[in-house]
Amino acid sequence: MIEKLVDLRDAIAEHLRAGDKAVLGACLEPDVPFAATHEIVRQGLRDLNVIAPISDASTDMLIGAGCCTEVTGAWVGNVSGGLGHNYRRAYETAEPHKLTVHDHSNFSIGMALMAGAYGMPYAPMRSILGSDILRSNREFRLAENPFSEAGEPVVLVPPLKPDVAILPVQRADRFGNNHHWGSRGLVFEAAMAAEKVILLADEIVEPEVITSDPSRVLVPGYLVSAVCHVPAGMHPSPMTGRWQRDNEFFNEYHRRSRNRQGFLEWLDEWVLGLPDHAAYREKLGARLESLRIVGAAPAAETNFAAA
Amino acid sequence: MADYSIQELMIVAAAREIRDGEVVFVGMRLPITAYGVARLTHAPNAVGLFECGIVRYGPADGMLYTMGDPPNQLGAAWATGLVQVMSLLQRGRVDAGFIGGAEIDRFGNINTSYIGDIENPTIKLPGSGGAADIAAMSKRLLAIMNHEKRRLVQRVDYVTSPGYLDGGESRKKAGLDGGPAAVITDRAILRPHGPESELHLASVHEGHDVDEVRGHTGWDLKLLPELDETPPPTAEELAALHEIDKDGFWRG
Repeated sequence: MIEKLVDLRDAIAEHLRAGDKAVLGACLEPDVPFAATHEIVRQGLRDLNVIAPISDASTDMLIGAGCCTEVTGAWVGNVSGGLGHNYRRAYETAEPHKLTVHDHSNFSIGMALMAGAYGMPYAPMRSILGSDILRSNREFRLAENPFSEAGEPVVLVPPLKPDVAILPVQRADRFGNNHHWGSRGLVFEAAMAAEKVILLADEIVEPEVITSDPSRVLVPGYLVSAVCHVPAGMHPSPMTGRWQRDNEFFNEYHRRSRNRQGFLEWLDEWVLGLPDHAAYREKLGARLESLRIVGAAPAAETNFAAA
Repeated sequence: MADYSIQELMIVAAAREIRDGEVVFVGMRLPITAYGVARLTHAPNAVGLFECGIVRYGPADGMLYTMGDPPNQLGAAWATGLVQVMSLLQRGRVDAGFIGGAEIDRFGNINTSYIGDIENPTIKLPGSGGAADIAAMSKRLLAIMNHEKRRLVQRVDYVTSPGYLDGGESRKKAGLDGGPAAVITDRAILRPHGPESELHLASVHEGHDVDEVRGHTGWDLKLLPELDETPPPTAEELAALHEIDKDGFWRG
């Protein structure tokens, strides 16, 4: 096996390019890779097409920081705070730049990633019939179901194959083998559809820990390009069994990003003024520690013995 | 005035739309609490679905800011993916689904995407999330809105989530069954009626009256023959609500 444990700074520098289609979090509200979002901002990557079903506030930050000029997603905003101020400024007034939005529903972006993941030429679906998503995003095709007698309408969704998917997991070994648990959103489809996968592991463990439970593996390490040890790399979003959501952090971001100047000050304080995620964790200090899940609700023991 | 808030009445009214044994797409915010109330009162066997990939037999124990928060994972019936849970919708196995919105029109179409023109909107809203899917594929769609003239409009600028589209047979022609069953606002409850499936006034909340509600509606709102006052929350419903939302976060 090939060792893939690298620093987050090096992983972003090596695997992400200007203009890439990048998945930054696909678990909906949990497990948004904010540590990678911040590193992308620090490295000043440009013209990303950010793919995300939701990715709470991360997409908004990348737009405001000038890194993201296209969004492929179902929802951009701040889940507990409200509208995404940078998203609005970019789309409505082209500040700091013009933004192109490829509208999806949650299920249609799931179908697009699934088609990409499974090598399907397209995915047929029904659940955006009647929606103006078909009007504002011309990538879909409306067709007749060839297997129906009455020519029922069906939407054909083209496959989405991201260049990179950046995904937090609870634990991984140094070869990129990993465990991810709790609800998965579109994490599996994103990992399978992307050309490259970068994992942010909350914890690095010995390979035996991962092989002890192969049913909990998201994708095996040979499909992973880099694994980075970033504890709480998803802060302020939650991670099942590890970290609670920092609700007030989202609210503060929402308040301070209301105008452009306030956002730039927030960005200086929490991203550009810090060298890396370790410094960010240090700045959070006791606040981060208070979010750590200390309770225990372990799954039942699972036997994989062969004889 | 009554000893309950308007938020509490809306949550209880939403809870009453859930029948026992039903499979319900719960979504976010107020409906999560409504599901919890229904489960603790008249619908102990209602199953709750969350698009992040969670299925639950009962409300979470603990405050939820988002559906993916740790309390919603603990003790879940199923922690899986979005495609799995949303496929239950497309498969026709979801009885009811809740969504909110910025704008709704007289046929129950909901806009959460663009106010104004797509290319040059006055407000770019967050978008569909799972709302379009839930509106298209639930057997009954339940919408929750603030009742303002700028929100209850003759025709939405953009149909994120389809209601009865242009009324009459148009939803069926688009390939969809189901449709909106109730719109719960902070003043009243609206329901579709007649061959056009246009939203009519079904009940008015205590402290509000018909003329006021019609005045805050952007189309010529017609009345259902059986129009009545929305029944106030019972003591049991309020107790359940206070148990679910201990800190009063969603009741404010």
